[in-house]
Order: sequence, then C-alpha cells, then structure tokens
Amino acid sequence: MPVSSADSEKTLASTADYHAEAPLVQGNLSFHDITELVTAHTEKKTPLAWWGAFSLANIGLLLLVGMVAYLFWNGTGVWGLNNPVGWGYAIVNFVFWVGIGHAGTLISAILFLFRQQWRTGINRAAEAMTIFAVMCALVFPTIHVGRVWAIYWTLPIPNQMEMWPQFKSPLLWDVFAVSVYFTVSLVFWYVGLIPDIATMRDRATTKVRRMVTGVLSMGWTGANRHWRNYEKAYLLLAALATPLVLSVHSVVSFDFAVSIVPGWHTTIFPPYFVAGAIFSGFAMVVTLMVIARKVYGIQNIITIEHLEKMNIIILLTGTMVGFAYITEFFIAWYSGVQYEQYAFLNRAFGPYAWAYWTMMTCNLVFPQFFWIKRLRRSVPFMFAISIFVNIGMWFERFVITVTSLHRDYLPSSWDYYTPTFVDVLTFVGTFGLFFTLFLLFLRFIPMVAIAEVKGVMPQADPHFYDHAGDGHDQAHDVSVTTPQDHTQS
Amino acid sequence: MLKQLATEVKATMGIYEPGPGTVYGMLAEFKDPGALYTAAKAVREAGYKRFDTHSPFPIHGMDKAMGLPNSKVGFITLGGGIAGLALGTWLQWWTGTVSYPMNISGKPFFAFEPSIPIMFELTVLFAALATVAGMLAMNGLPRPYNPLFYSRNFARATDDAFFIHVAADDSHFDEKDTGALLERLGGRNIEIIHDRGDAE
Repeated sequence: MPVSSADSEKTLASTADYHAEAPLVQGNLSFHDITELVTAHTEKKTPLAWWGAFSLANIGLLLLVGMVAYLFWNGTGVWGLNNPVGWGYAIVNFVFWVGIGHAGTLISAILFLFRQQWRTGINRAAEAMTIFAVMCALVFPTIHVGRVWAIYWTLPIPNQMEMWPQFKSPLLWDVFAVSVYFTVSLVFWYVGLIPDIATMRDRATTKVRRMVTGVLSMGWTGANRHWRNYEKAYLLLAALATPLVLSVHSVVSFDFAVSIVPGWHTTIFPPYFVAGAIFSGFAMVVTLMVIARKVYGIQNIITIEHLEKMNIIILLTGTMVGFAYITEFFIAWYSGVQYEQYAFLNRAFGPYAWAYWTMMTCNLVFPQFFWIKRLRRSVPFMFAISIFVNIGMWFERFVITVTSLHRDYLPSSWDYYTPTFVDVLTFVGTFGLFFTLFLLFLRFIPMVAIAEVKGVMPQADPHFYDHAGDGHDQAHDVSVTTPQDHTQS
Repeated sequence: MLKQLATEVKATMGIYEPGPGTVYGMLAEFKDPGALYTAAKAVREAGYKRFDTHSPFPIHGMDKAMGLPNSKVGFITLGGGIAGLALGTWLQWWTGTVSYPMNISGKPFFAFEPSIPIMFELTVLFAALATVAGMLAMNGLPRPYNPLFYSRNFARATDDAFFIHVAADDSHFDEKDTGALLERLGGRNIEIIHDRGDAE
C-alpha cells in the first residue's frame, strides 16, 4: 500500500489504529542520518570480523577453483553422473542459484511497479545477491559442457565450421535468457547506484576515492532535469525486468518440460519454477539481511516490518509451490499414463523418498508457521526457516532432476545416482564465490539505496511542509519569508 | 545557427554556457523539499527557463513546478526494443533458412514458435541498454567537469541539502535581481558560481 504523506500523517495521529502501517524508516532519522548510517560502512577502517569472514569465503572460492581445475584436467568422469542420470549436481546447482537470484529482481522491479515502497530498504542488497547468484549459476553450465574451451559454440559467433547453435533447443534459450538476465540486472543495479556513488564522491576525503567514485558517478549532481529522465528510465527498466525475470525461470523450466521424460514433461513447470525461484530467493534475502542489518546496525532502515513482509511472501510462494507438488501428483494419476504415475510414486516412495520428504517438509510445512504473527516477527525463528527453505529448494531441484532420470522407460538401465566429493565440494565452493562477492559488496558499496530510502520518507514530500514541519506555511508565505541568516537586499 | 541549436540541446541536459565573463550561474540553498518546491515554482513564474533544482532524491511534482515536459526516454526504449526484435527475428530466420538450412524431421527451417525466446530476450536486452544509454545521453552524462563542483556547499546536494541553480545563460539572469529573488524566496548561502575551466 503506498504511503503518501497524508497516510503517514494519519498513522501518527492514530497509533491505536490496528491497521495503521508502521513508518518505513524508524528511529526518527533525518536525511543526513541515512547518509551517515549507510556510507559510514564503506568509509571506515576494515573491521577484523570482515577480514575473518572474507578469508573464510576465500577458502571456499579456492575450493571452487581447485575443483574446477581438477574437473578440467580429468573430464566430467570425476562427477557422479552415470548412464540414466546424465544430469546431476551441475544442473541442480544451476537451477538453485538462478532461482536465488529471482528474488532480487522481484524486489527491484515487480515490487517497484506495484508501488511497494518498503522495497527501498532491501532492494540494493537483494539486487547484489541476484547478480552474484547468477554468476554462481553460470559456473555450472559452463563447466558441464565437458570441453569448456568450446563454450563459445553456444553463442551465435561465426566459427570455422560455419555452423550456428541449435536455436530450437531450450538449452540454447537458456544461454540467451540467463546472459540477458545477468546483463540487464547488472545495468539496472548500476543505474540505481549512480546517485549513491555521487553521495560517496561528495564525502570522499582521499584522492583515490574521489577519482574512483567520480568516474563511476558520471558527474551526477541530483539535478531535477536529470532525475526526470532517470526516474523514467528506472521505471522502464523495471517494466522490462519484470517479464524478463518471469521468462528466465520459464526458460530454465523448459530444459525439463520440453523433454519427454516422465516427471519432467509437464505444463505446470514454468509457473511452478518461477514461484519456487521467488520462494528460495526471498529465503536467501532473509538469511543475508537478518545478519547484515544486525552487524551493520541498520535496523531502523531494514526494520522488522520489512522482514515480516518478506516472510509473508515466503509463506505465499511456499504454499504455491506446495500446491504445485500436489497438483503434479493429481495430474500424474489423472493422465492415466503409467510411466508418469510410476515416476511420481517412485519420487515419494522409491529410493529417493528421503530427498522427496525433505523437500516437502522444508518447502510446504515449515513456511506454514508464518501464519502466526509472533513467529514471522521473530528474528531467530525466521532465520532458521529461511535456512530450511533454502535446503528444501535445493532438494526440490535434486528431486526433479535425479528421481525422474534414475528410473526411465527401460528397467534394465535403472541406476542409483550418488554424487562424488568433487560434486559436493564444487557446490560448497560456489558459496565461497558468492560470499566473497557479497562481502566485497558490503565493504565497498552502499548496501542500502540511500536516495530511494530518502525519497520514501514522509519529509521527502514537498507538501509535507504545508501542514507540518518548520513552523510556517510555505505555500502562502513565499513572498514574505525572511531568511534568518541574510538581510533583505 | 548550428551553434545555437547545440546550446539549446545542451541546456535541456543542464549544461549551460557561461554568461558575462566567467559567471556560470547562481546557487542558493533551501532548507527542505517544500521550500525548494515553492521556490522553483516562483523562479519559473518570474520568467526563468535555464535553472535547475538539485536534491538528494527526486522530488514529487518538481517537473511540473519547473515547467519541464515529460521525459522522452521512452521513445529510445521503444527504438531499442524494435531494433532488438528485428535483430532476433532476422537472426532466427537467416541462420535457419539462408546460412545453414538443416532438415530436422521435416520441420520448417523457420517458425515463430521456437524463435520466440531468442526474439524476446534480444528485445529486452536492446531495449534495456538503449534505455540506459538514452537516459545518460539526455542527461549529458558522463560529465566529469561541472562548474557547480567548485562550490564547497554543493557537496551536500547528494546528502541533505536542496539547491536552486539559475544559469547565467538565462535571458533574465542578472546578478542583482536574481540574487534578490532567490533571497526573497528563502534562499540561503547564495553564491555566484564561476566557470574557471580548470580541474582543481
């Protein structure tokens, strides 16, 4: 619900009103306080704890590099793939990481179009999460091709064979969808950053800092002529990113749905994948924000109300995903196709039943606790649930990929898939990559969109001062206002 | 003629020619968005055209107060989108039918259905990049040198201060009259900005 100044006035006047919305920024902060609170963390001396966390993340990154090098040297045989299960951890992790990214775009674009002003507190960090998650995702299809030095064959670049990529394959659509998604997210994020980098530039005390922020902020001065085009461009980017984000996970789901494998060949996949992506992404935002707001002391900007709203989205999308799981079962039975029916019974009661029920519990059951207001406002509780949701969503992709493949049409080729240590450590390593990038982000870039947060404060509305604020009525008083520190000329 | 047109276009981006001597314009600070809004309206009503407000965040209704038309970025987005769509369609058709036609189970060499994802993604990509490029171009950014940066006070424009800058280029500009107007509107820390043309 958009909070205009009139609404927030009402909120202040009637605090007993049960439906009143809490202010987006709490603690009576001024514009300058917001600047200080956010930029201080990019200007202070690097804290020891940051170095500790960064070292840990770097170990993970080294692990990733080591595992990928080992893979390149030996080939994909070092993974646990076997004959019916030709897609294992690589695709599971790819879908997992792309899905994580979706929450960032939902917050930055879709909630923007819906005028959900609470998004301003979290959108910068969520968009950063999107970009880093998509980078982690891109690792997997790249290393999965086996001959990684030929990866450019996936792009329509004229080559010595005079051949083009297979444009009728969903795998190729993925290349386009994910790379466009990455590019547009990065550009969108940078556009959002320009005014805030200008803030950093104007506060810079060292020459190097002034040069770097000066170049990156492109000479931004907050001119209204510029804001006018800027806001329009931001709106248009949000309008473009919205169908884009929906298309990305739809295309990812086509990787499965366009095949004829029982358990994959269903039309429910695109919406179900998109809901699942938003679900897991929000869980990741909660995980990260619960820690970041505490460590960086920005609880007044990322308030408990923000977290509660995210938990409501987790509850909503989790229930949608759970509903899709049940629908799949119904459709399998209703289709009358015995292969389809077997695929689903095998999922729930076959050798991978443990994975299936982990998924069901984490994704459908745990979020239901968020019906209770006290629990969805409890920080430790939501942290635990967000971790469970991420585990559950990883297992969802595992269940879809592996249980459908491991028992196909021909029982003689059935097999059980077990990942090797390379599979597992590569996945662990991507968390190293993710947190390395995320920690660099927290250290060097304003983690909250300063200009946007200021813009949704009630004081930002010029008409706020018509009836509140500075003691005299500006609208009627213009011609006779006497400035305090100047005499009339 | 051409030079005048260039000046005109640059003025829409907020880039002004220095007036008499090196005077670039006059900068006045206002205490809050409300004061800035009323002052911008009054400056406009006084007949000024080449002036601008500077604020740490966009102020709702300021375009109207300043008498600025709607932003034209949307046309550039549309152009980018059409270009992307055309490129995507051409890429799908040309590679499939002209460059390397391949008969796969008797399927048509080109059909819209399997081409839609590529066409869509390229449309979005080109539209998004055109939007950003267009926004920057219309704003005259990147602009590393801006005479306003000479003002010490102006550094707070990206923090919590609200400014009006009236360009010396404006036909109504007069050091005395403009200064008096800004002061009457509640402007503080009024200063003349000089285009010294050197970077520190």
